[in-house]
Amino acid sequence: MVQNAENVVDHFQLFRGPEYREMFKNKRDNFENGTPEEEVNRVAEWTKTVEYQEKNFAREALTINPAKACQPLGAVFAAVGFEGTLPFVHGSQGCVAYYRSHFSRHFKEPTSAVSSSMTEDAAVFGGLTNMVDGLSNAYNMYKPKMIAVSTTCMAEVIGDDLNAFIKTSREKGSIPQDYDVTFAHTPAFVGSHITGYDNTMKGVVEYFWGGKAGLAPKLERTPNNSINFFGGFDGYTVGNLREVKRIFDLIGAEYTIIGDNSDVWDTPADGEYRMYDGGTKLEDVANAVNAKATISMQQYCTEKTLDYIKTWGQETVALNHPIGVAGTDKFLMEVSRLTGKPIPDALKKERGRLVDAIADSHNHIHGKKFAIYGDPDLCLGVAAFLLELGAEPTTILSTNGGKSWEKKVRELLASSPYGKDCEVYAGKDLWHMRSLLFTRPVDFLIGNTYGKYLERDTGTPLIRLGFPIFDRHHLHRYPVWGYQGALNVLVWILDKVFSEMDAHSNVAGKTDISFDIIR
Amino acid sequence: MSLGLAESEDLKAKNKALVEEVLKVYPDKTAKRRAKHLGVYQNGKPDCGVKSNIKSIPGVMTIRGCAYAGSKGVVWGPIKDMIHISHGPVGCGQYSWGSRRNYYVGTTGIDSFGTMQFTSDFQENDIVFGGDKKLSKLMDEVQELFPLNKGLSVQSECPIGLIGDDIEAVSKKKSKEYGGKPIVPVRCEGFRGVSQSLGHHIANDAVRDWVFDKAEGKPARFEATEYDIAILADYNIGGDAWASRILLEEMGLRVVAQWSGDGTIAELEATPRAKLNVLHCYRSMNYVARHMEEKYGVPWVEYNFFGPTKILESLRKIAAQFDDKIKENAEKVIAKYQPLMDAVVAKYRPRLEGKKVMLYVGGLRPRHVIGAYEDLGMEVVGTGYEFAHNDDYQRTTHYIKDGTLVYDDVTAYELEKFVEAIKPDLVGSGIKEKYVFQKMGIPFRQMHSWDYSGPYHGYDGFAIFARDMDMAINSPIWKLNKAPF
Repeated sequence: MVQNAENVVDHFQLFRGPEYREMFKNKRDNFENGTPEEEVNRVAEWTKTVEYQEKNFAREALTINPAKACQPLGAVFAAVGFEGTLPFVHGSQGCVAYYRSHFSRHFKEPTSAVSSSMTEDAAVFGGLTNMVDGLSNAYNMYKPKMIAVSTTCMAEVIGDDLNAFIKTSREKGSIPQDYDVTFAHTPAFVGSHITGYDNTMKGVVEYFWGGKAGLAPKLERTPNNSINFFGGFDGYTVGNLREVKRIFDLIGAEYTIIGDNSDVWDTPADGEYRMYDGGTKLEDVANAVNAKATISMQQYCTEKTLDYIKTWGQETVALNHPIGVAGTDKFLMEVSRLTGKPIPDALKKERGRLVDAIADSHNHIHGKKFAIYGDPDLCLGVAAFLLELGAEPTTILSTNGGKSWEKKVRELLASSPYGKDCEVYAGKDLWHMRSLLFTRPVDFLIGNTYGKYLERDTGTPLIRLGFPIFDRHHLHRYPVWGYQGALNVLVWILDKVFSEMDAHSNVAGKTDISFDIIR
Repeated sequence: MSLGLAESEDLKAKNKALVEEVLKVYPDKTAKRRAKHLGVYQNGKPDCGVKSNIKSIPGVMTIRGCAYAGSKGVVWGPIKDMIHISHGPVGCGQYSWGSRRNYYVGTTGIDSFGTMQFTSDFQENDIVFGGDKKLSKLMDEVQELFPLNKGLSVQSECPIGLIGDDIEAVSKKKSKEYGGKPIVPVRCEGFRGVSQSLGHHIANDAVRDWVFDKAEGKPARFEATEYDIAILADYNIGGDAWASRILLEEMGLRVVAQWSGDGTIAELEATPRAKLNVLHCYRSMNYVARHMEEKYGVPWVEYNFFGPTKILESLRKIAAQFDDKIKENAEKVIAKYQPLMDAVVAKYRPRLEGKKVMLYVGGLRPRHVIGAYEDLGMEVVGTGYEFAHNDDYQRTTHYIKDGTLVYDDVTAYELEKFVEAIKPDLVGSGIKEKYVFQKMGIPFRQMHSWDYSGPYHGYDGFAIFARDMDMAINSPIWKLNKAPF
């Protein structure tokens, strides 16, 4: 018996004990009808081949281990960034349970959102009653300042009309006539979570600027010197938005972060549960119409939103999740250009410190090959930083990246000699990546938690960077934007590089010639 | 630890007043509906006095999931040598990917597929023109890339039932093409029913129709013995089913199948030949247990492997279905582990004695874990289920005390208010609830995933359960919530 009260062992040690190992063998040999070990090994080896990769890439219907989620997840991400706002997802209720769990597993924080709990009868008759009752209940129970409505695929397939339903809800008195309810159709069978972010942000901006869905006159724009800022769907939103605010403050810019969810996903444990915290004030969203320009940190998260904002005469600037020296330079220079304020020396110093850190460490990263996967903008930002470090991006893959993204990545790669051997894969999944890691091996893989399966199967060390990250804690509290953010990313990469060096040079008398205490 | 009459009446009055108070937040219609789901247990009553298995109310923040979660996430997903296709848009499969910790032994991606996400990733065209052709092609691709799979299941997401796809026809045709390979279409669209529960039922029915019926006449893979049993409704979360199986085997029984944690299609097919089905999570698999009893004459017994008191009762109850040899063995097993249990209780009970617990879990644990807490001297003062039916609440009466607060399909608001008022020493619920209560300074354990620990079943599991409850409640962090300034 392995278990004992003095040193209680759990699944890590328990199932490695002889009793359990014997039990597993007995189960397999007698009852599972399992495939013989040699055959399992043969097939496992076959999956590593070019032949398998060709079959794998010939797939047209099957998606395996995709690196993307569905639109309403992005809708909830966007909605919780507004002051006192409750996300309301119209459709089946299980979806909302999934979004809440998904975010809580990443941020280790509560995530509040409600569903209109549509079932069979709503599938037949439409979900109007669910909307009317749901808005009334949510409004009374959770006393939100605003409700942001989005849809699950069920409501989209049956064709529920959010604008009409919300109007009817007002008429029926389920919410006050002038109560703010924004809405966006977010079908799960179009795009991904970044599309849902975009649709929701556009919905919010359009609601406040365009006359609150008929409740108020359309706003008149009186341009001022302020700038608007969108972070996009971002697993590092807590650290990043705080860093961006610090940067704006250092520059002395007037700004509005639209959709600031950095506080609601980082509330203190001081005895009080805050269902809402922080967030962009609703009057600030309205006033944002007057801004001189809007900056988006993630182009592919805000395409429709920026197009809409352009129609108001604002200049828009779309970046691609800038990480590193040049990316941050560009961000700061755009802010400086748009606000007419110089970049202060304090930031110049931070820049110098980052360059100093890279100079100190680049030799451990130079020439190392990397595979990267994630959301389209993240891939661009990470790749640009790797090129600065002298690393060689070798494989870049984005399940929710499209043709224009692919072109943009190729342009980036062409700008550096370190990018010349890189292949780019739009719309592919992590089972494609698995083949690629066998046929075009790299030194390191950059991706989210699911990358650990690739690390296990292919032996490629994983550097966790992306969303979701379930199996490491608190990384989301650190920025990856700004010079400070790039420093964090540099350290995460280096930590893995050094750990790998040690892990491969720590056998006494065999490999420990290189087991250095100074690196 | 039972309360005196006056105390018990006082508790009931307090809890009733609390329910009244909490209901005030709702609009009238909603208050009326929610009132039926909130109750205070009265000793001697046949159930807990709450309505259940009724539609959740829109907008209230129910904690429930859907039928897909019940079928793919719970029942089918853990069958390790089959490929379960999340059929529809990408999200459902993504959010349920690997998150339930149904442990298994196997080479993932080669002969086992439990922690993978296979989806048809529906696009607009699939909604407009239907997804049957895509499904058909997808199955061919699965066959080519994963030749060692032993079967497929089609886990329907919401759109499938709305656009009129015929997944049964595709499944039949493809099964024939692949020489009779099991291909199981499951109509578990998320809008069906009121919770995960209908998904369990639909998944059970799919086993009946697409596994048992098709397997009839196939030769048995092993010779039956008098001691063959199957474990039903243990999902092997953190290894629970293994910590249970080892005890059943130690008492001389032969476990021929595990449903469904670490399970295989071969085990499902073999189960109607078992002499006894032992059922852990009644809620999610009573349907298939009843079916096997009616059609194949396999009796079933419910058991509870949480905590030494219930394990002892259960081992004897199972042994009672067999001959004296097994009964004697059961006593030997109990005796073998008694010193371990004594040591665990001696170590942890003094640290946990008298602590109050509130639970809100799925369809089994709100009652099944109560004995384990009591073994540690703890008291469950409130409990409720996400997706129980009335027969679960009847069974709950055997576990709870007079005056216990009972909440069915609780809303986030209600649970928060109940906990605020009752101030338990521990809340046991899910990931969506965890951080709410920790912010409030209340120790918490996830009672779906064991907070990534486990197993909690069996004697080995109880030691871990005790350790974990102790570390939750007695962590020094709870003294630091309030700043000294």
